[in-house]
Amino acid sequence: MTRGGLLGAGCAALAGAALAAVLAGPVRLAPGAVLLELAGRLPFVDTHSGLTSQEVAILWQLRLPRVVLGGLVGAMLALAGAAYQGVFRNPLADPYLLGAAAGAGLGATLAIAYGPDTSGWPVDLLPLAAFAGAITGVVAAYALGRSGGARTTTTLILAGVAVAAFLTAVQTYVQQQRAETLREVYGWILGRLTTAGWREVVLMVPYALVSTVAILLHRRLIDVLAVGDDEAASLGVRATRVRLVVVAAATLATAAAVAVSGLIGFVGIIVPHTIRLVAGPSHRLLVPLSLVGGAAFLILADLVARTVMAPAELPIGVITAFFGAPFFALVLRTARQVA
Amino acid sequence: MRRPLLPLLALVLALVAGACGQDGTTTGAAASEPKRIVSLSPTATEMLFAIGAGDQVVAVDSNSNYPAEAPKTDLSAYQPNIEAIAGYKPDLVVYSDDPGELKAGLDKLSIPVLHQPAATDLDDSYAQLGQLGQATGHADEAGQLAATMRAEIDKIAAAARPERPLTYYHELDKNLYTATSKTFIGQLYDQLGMKNIADAADKDGSGYPQLSAEYVIKADPDLIFLADTKCCGQSARTVAARDGWNELTAVRTGGVVELDDDVASRWGPRVVDFLKTVAAKVQTAEAVRS
Repeated sequence: MTRGGLLGAGCAALAGAALAAVLAGPVRLAPGAVLLELAGRLPFVDTHSGLTSQEVAILWQLRLPRVVLGGLVGAMLALAGAAYQGVFRNPLADPYLLGAAAGAGLGATLAIAYGPDTSGWPVDLLPLAAFAGAITGVVAAYALGRSGGARTTTTLILAGVAVAAFLTAVQTYVQQQRAETLREVYGWILGRLTTAGWREVVLMVPYALVSTVAILLHRRLIDVLAVGDDEAASLGVRATRVRLVVVAAATLATAAAVAVSGLIGFVGIIVPHTIRLVAGPSHRLLVPLSLVGGAAFLILADLVARTVMAPAELPIGVITAFFGAPFFALVLRTARQVA
Repeated sequence: MRRPLLPLLALVLALVAGACGQDGTTTGAAASEPKRIVSLSPTATEMLFAIGAGDQVVAVDSNSNYPAEAPKTDLSAYQPNIEAIAGYKPDLVVYSDDPGELKAGLDKLSIPVLHQPAATDLDDSYAQLGQLGQATGHADEAGQLAATMRAEIDKIAAAARPERPLTYYHELDKNLYTATSKTFIGQLYDQLGMKNIADAADKDGSGYPQLSAEYVIKADPDLIFLADTKCCGQSARTVAARDGWNELTAVRTGGVVELDDDVASRWGPRVVDFLKTVAAKVQTAEAVRS
């Protein structure tokens, strides 16, 4: 397929997933009425969908923001995953590689255990703390990885492992001290879109935009890094600088996603790898396709999460891991056969 | 060499007599009854104090915050430390959950234990009260308390029997985890003839499903009970501020009830207080409806 064809197919898949997710849910809304209601919000269109005010609230305040947020979170995780795998030349790299997950977990736990009552505030403390925690974790890993002198990606990854282990230890300690917070912390770690609203969407959009633009602009340079840092230097590309910018942007994307949805695993691994299998390894196509593919994948995963046991919810992390883990094994097998 | 033993024996006897004299506060307690109880269960703590065995309790876990005179320590019931528990030299340890090695460890030290898991119904509660009464020498008080609870609950239930059952949603945390009517707390609502909106959602039969917000809005319960006010800072105000929730009958008619998380999650004597709170709200909601 051509480049345009692949992108077109990706966007069509995203549109299809979004439409299915808006039409289906634990509460049955007549599909025709939903489409009329949606069309009615377009300028110069005036329709009467026949939905009750309660159903309108379900559609506009619960279902739609959840679909939009699921798409944003999925896009950011897949984008960050593709970027990390590119700059670290490591197929197992994922958005949580450099301590973002552990940092966010600690931030969220601290906010839950010691945070003041924020019910009157315009924004919750929890997403802010998780966001700050994720950024802190990665900055610490980066500082540690570079202070060793060697600027290899391996040092950086190992520094990420060390930082993650340390932050997780602190988080577990805090959790033990305040056992009454276990339930909420656990719920957060499992990942959730259950309580998604427009507020979370608004919170996330600016970071999503900045990271997307930054990584899209650097996608050709990530391709150059594939030949190795020294060779890249001979081509006039400063590998460490590119890596810093891309990691910073990917971290921003990850932190924003984690802040509003907790830790949702596997999206950052399986989406970019599937796209590599279909469209090849070049980041020119991989990055934009990861964006739309990640969005479509998480929207569908969330659709399963909220309908398969309806009216009960399944944790979304269970869905992504259920499909993600076997897939991950498959990718490993293929990679070994190629090597 | 024999004679010097006699004064020593006399001294020991005097000490024992003195100790027995001090014991006069716990009437009827035989010498074999535990004097150094450690409770790792907040419900058991409440029961022990309610049946007059409070004097025999030397330490309670960090979550046993009621009654105020309970000797609260930093002992953890989630991560019990056998050495720390043994440090109180207990002659009975009451617990509700064993996360692993608690019973095995105490057995090794020959410390008697009493396991009282979360009650599945009120009869379970009464049975546990009876067990504690037997174990501590307060069987009569325990029997009386159970009888009083039964009578009060029957009275509350008889007074509150609405013609059309009120529907309710009992919130355990803000991710919409809830309890169905077959759980202990759900059966208490049943006593008042109420209908749980979560029953349809309990596909795996755990009794504690997570609901989707869409479903709660559609079900539009008459009353919303928040058992996540202390743990998670929820209130009538935060519920009203949730997306789409301002449409709900309960939110518009003042039917969002802020419970005490502790009272709503224990199966001790305070279930009567819980039922009184709920019954009062049922009356208000009835008045609103008619």
